[in-house]
Amino acid sequence: MNCRQVVELMTDYLEGTLSAADRARFEEHIAGCDGCRAYLAQMRVTRRLVGRLADEPIPEPVERELLEAFRNWRLP
Amino acid sequence: MQPLPFRSRSYPSPAEAEHIHDSELEALKAGDEAAFQSLIHRHHGPMLRLAMSHVGDRGVAEDVVQEAWLTCLRSLDRFEGRSSLKTWIFGIVINVARARRRKEARILPFASFWRRDDSDSRRPTVDQSRFGSDGMWRAGPHSWDNVPESKVLGGETLQKVKAAIESLPPKQREVILLRDVAGFEAVEVSALLGISAANQRVRLHRARAAVRKMLEEYLG
Repeated sequence: MNCRQVVELMTDYLEGTLSAADRARFEEHIAGCDGCRAYLAQMRVTRRLVGRLADEPIPEPVERELLEAFRNWRLP
Repeated sequence: MQPLPFRSRSYPSPAEAEHIHDSELEALKAGDEAAFQSLIHRHHGPMLRLAMSHVGDRGVAEDVVQEAWLTCLRSLDRFEGRSSLKTWIFGIVINVARARRRKEARILPFASFWRRDDSDSRRPTVDQSRFGSDGMWRAGPHSWDNVPESKVLGGETLQKVKAAIESLPPKQREVILLRDVAGFEAVEVSALLGISAANQRVRLHRARAAVRKMLEEYLG
């Protein structure tokens, strides 16, 4: 496996979908390759940073309206 | 499916999640306002991002989220728990957002939706000039370990991430938002979008690679 192939397998690796043989070859390559190790670490950081987009507080007026809707939900 | 070996965020395991959702669903059906409040707090950010990825405009996206919640309330009695509550809610968001996009598209031409979408292609995600003829790095990426954490976690980095996601083709954007922002598992995303496990993975790979590339330009 060379670097060009390894970078395209990063997601399969992170998802745990590589075959045992490919996984072993992938890990063997990574162990000896600074560039690919850095790339893998960057993919993990990327995933973590994308996750931060979840931190978006609900605007207070929207929350109030939804809670109101929830309260009235059972009323005829 | 093998378990995912590396998770950057901790989500409950599927079995655990099911259990949480069951009791949450019971609480909602019983009219427990605190349960509903916790739900809307937890899902607002991911729902808004997902809605924005369909309708573009933030104000319209906020409407979509609100309409989706109201639809959830109207249909909750009919929800039988065949999927998790969270999957059901996000399915509704996607439907409401798609309907709204069709409506908006009649008024405004929406340039980004006409762009060519190579989401399912297996073309390389890394600039081929970075590799030598032996396929090894000519100019490998640098570790971000030495970039100050204040920069990595700073507001400007977050803006870059947002911009990168906005510039993705819609099919990739949807997958990365559901996986990395909403925190769904791969199988859940395949089911929600009606795509194969392989396509889900290819779109996720292309999306993350594109965001990484944009971050590399900024972080070095």
